[in-house]
Amino acid sequence: MIPTYYYVALSAIMFAIGVIGVLVRRNVLVTFMSVEMMLNAANLVLVAFAFARQDILGQVIVFFVIVVAAAEVAVGLALLVTIFRTRQTTNVDDMTLLKG
Amino acid sequence: MELAVFAITAVVALIGAVAMVLSKNAVHSALFLLLNFSAIAVLYLLLRAPFLFAIQLIVYAGAIIVLFLFVVMLLGAERHEEGADALRWQQPTALVMGIALLAAVLVVALSGPLGAPAAAAEGFGAPEAIARALFTDALLPFQVTAMLILAAIVGVVVLHLRENQRG
Repeated sequence: MIPTYYYVALSAIMFAIGVIGVLVRRNVLVTFMSVEMMLNAANLVLVAFAFARQDILGQVIVFFVIVVAAAEVAVGLALLVTIFRTRQTTNVDDMTLLKG
Repeated sequence: MELAVFAITAVVALIGAVAMVLSKNAVHSALFLLLNFSAIAVLYLLLRAPFLFAIQLIVYAGAIIVLFLFVVMLLGAERHEEGADALRWQQPTALVMGIALLAAVLVVALSGPLGAPAAAAEGFGAPEAIARALFTDALLPFQVTAMLILAAIVGVVVLHLRENQRG
């Protein structure tokens, strides 16, 4: 049986890598991918605790997170495509205006 | 045996995560993210969550990664990030703060008692068990999710329409 804190440590490391990715990368798509990886790190720790406590609701929460993430990716990528059409860039440093 | 599977999968997940952040090419980033998601799916199997394993592979590794790849290739965004950073001190600062965050999370998470995993009950994590929880305890959030997906679809269509009207 694998101790729960192994999963917590792995999840924390993945979350930190995601945070660094968001802060360091300037390609907005890679930034978005890093956010997805942070969501996955949180999901992993939820499933680990669901197993440790034998509580199925932890897995149900992960199911909802996956559904919301799918909707978020669809809307987020549509926004990025729209921004690219008007700005012709995927560099976050060039996206300084809310105005279209 | 289980520990060996965990160790190998964890290493694969971390390699995928680091390579995703470091890749210069956004297509490579998406593929390394796929590696990371697949490794996490294997970890779900180790945690007796076969339903989430399937969902992870179908929704994340299937749908979301394909959507990312489509958009990266559609925008031609896979080229290098040219030019210097607008904020020169941002990258080292981000690295230091990220490591500080990791240290803080590890200290807090690993100091308290996490409890040893209980013996897995028969049928834990099976689709029947999740469905029962989903349609009894979590029925309201489940229905709100349907509204959320509808709102997302309408939002994407509206974004596209407005763009077409301008052009």
